[in-house]
Amino acid sequence: MTTLAVVQAGLGSPSSTQLLATRLAEAVQRLVPDLEVRTVHLRDVARDIADNLVTGFPSARLREVVESVVGADAVIAVTPTFNASYSGLFKSFVDVLEPESLAGKPVLIGATGGTERHSLVLDHALRPLFAYLRAVVVPTGVYAASSDWGAEGLPGRVDRAAGELADLLVGRAPAKPVDDGFVPFDQLLAGR
Amino acid sequence: MQFGVFTVGDVTPDPTTGRTPTEAERIKAMVAIALKAEEVGLDVFATGEHHNPPFVPSSPTTMLGYIAARTERLILSTATTLITTNDPVKIAEDYAMLQHLADGRVDLIMGRGNTGPVYPWFGKDIRDGIDLAIENYALLRKLWREDVVDWEGKHRTPLQSFTSTPRPLDDVPPFVWHGSIRSPQIAEQAAYYGDGFFANHIFWPKEHFQRLITFYRERYEHHGHGAAHQAIVGLGGQVFMRRNSQDAVREFRPYFDNAPVYGHGPSLEEFTEQTPLTVGSPQEVIDKTLTFREHFGDYQRQLFLMDHAGLPLKTVLEQLDLLGEIVPTLRREFAVGRPADVPAAPTHASLLKAAVGGVNSR
Repeated sequence: MTTLAVVQAGLGSPSSTQLLATRLAEAVQRLVPDLEVRTVHLRDVARDIADNLVTGFPSARLREVVESVVGADAVIAVTPTFNASYSGLFKSFVDVLEPESLAGKPVLIGATGGTERHSLVLDHALRPLFAYLRAVVVPTGVYAASSDWGAEGLPGRVDRAAGELADLLVGRAPAKPVDDGFVPFDQLLAGR
Repeated sequence: MQFGVFTVGDVTPDPTTGRTPTEAERIKAMVAIALKAEEVGLDVFATGEHHNPPFVPSSPTTMLGYIAARTERLILSTATTLITTNDPVKIAEDYAMLQHLADGRVDLIMGRGNTGPVYPWFGKDIRDGIDLAIENYALLRKLWREDVVDWEGKHRTPLQSFTSTPRPLDDVPPFVWHGSIRSPQIAEQAAYYGDGFFANHIFWPKEHFQRLITFYRERYEHHGHGAAHQAIVGLGGQVFMRRNSQDAVREFRPYFDNAPVYGHGPSLEEFTEQTPLTVGSPQEVIDKTLTFREHFGDYQRQLFLMDHAGLPLKTVLEQLDLLGEIVPTLRREFAVGRPADVPAAPTHASLLKAAVGGVNSR
């Protein structure tokens, strides 16, 4: 069983961010047999995320969400564009993840916005963020402006990105648990 | 089992009055709390060590020495001693001195300190935190156990023919606990030496500390100090009591909502559900505290945080009166079903007895 976590930070209902995330997930599902998709709507845990920033630990509900994301074999991450970047909620979620927990994980990035003028948010904000986290971001990111929902081109970009993510998933070893940091004492004493 | 209080020593405005105590008031309040702890029958007072505002206790042995002179039974401890940024030579000297003055009523909880700038202020780097804790503590043990020390390490100047004075009281070094919130390396360190492990157990869900303490217990057995259930475990806790549960909640809520560590986040109700914090009647505190044994196994020391977030001294002293009332019940209940081979927390007397009896007390 291969698992795919779909994290989306849309705030509206219905939301174009949700719409894009769903299309991306369905496109990957068509290519990867036996794929389990777990969808995370960050709005549902918005207060839990803020509480985690303040207290330093996740609520039981948020812990479940975090575990479903860091334990997945691949991640689709989609955010609305706010003030030329990912949304604060989206970044706050990334900020409560343990360091290293996305390292090596295949990630497909997506973003939505009112106009095409913001499309570089993918390459100027999301891609560097996931590069810092040492995730493996597929070459094609998918940006959808409002006008894209009534234009040609979006399905092709969705399929290309999904294909790239699917290629990374095939024949890949299952996601490994995060290193717990244990070092035997003789090594500690020897300064490793 | 030992019961006591630990204090961070924060100077925080009282959110209900807006008034901030002076440093002098806060320092004297900490002393008053320690004296009250002995008066109501508690066993331990532990002070934090901090080198940045809004905290006052930068000089723990000065404070503990003063308290030692005014108490008879109380064990004086720290929560925590910064093993990273303090010179281990000075820790060895200061706490041996305190041991003599306090007739052995001294132990320490080691911690790394999590405030980045404090490290460079003392010439260190927080990225070396674990390494400093390991090396400095290894040196500290040597200074307490060997009269003449030759030593070289990475983090301080070498020592040749150095003798730390005074020597520990009766040649028995103070017992040491190691505190950590998330580092298995520190649990491993405590287990390796057969030292105690103290889990702050205030701000995080119990599951988090269950993992660390289970790990410490397993490694304690692995390193040959006894069975896992005999490892020396201490826990923090945080309570606010009034005879009537609703009164406790009403009175504590503004302090909770504005508390420096967790304020402006989850509600009081959510936080009490998720963490060991108990706000309610004395019976509710008894019930919640007794669950700690179910989660962590039989343990040796329970310290409560009673005086933070701007609570006025008068309120804290009332809290200590209530704590003094419930501690006999806690002692009785914790003793029920406790296996005979679970040791008590080591004290100077027990360590001296073990040393004289030729038992390896390392």
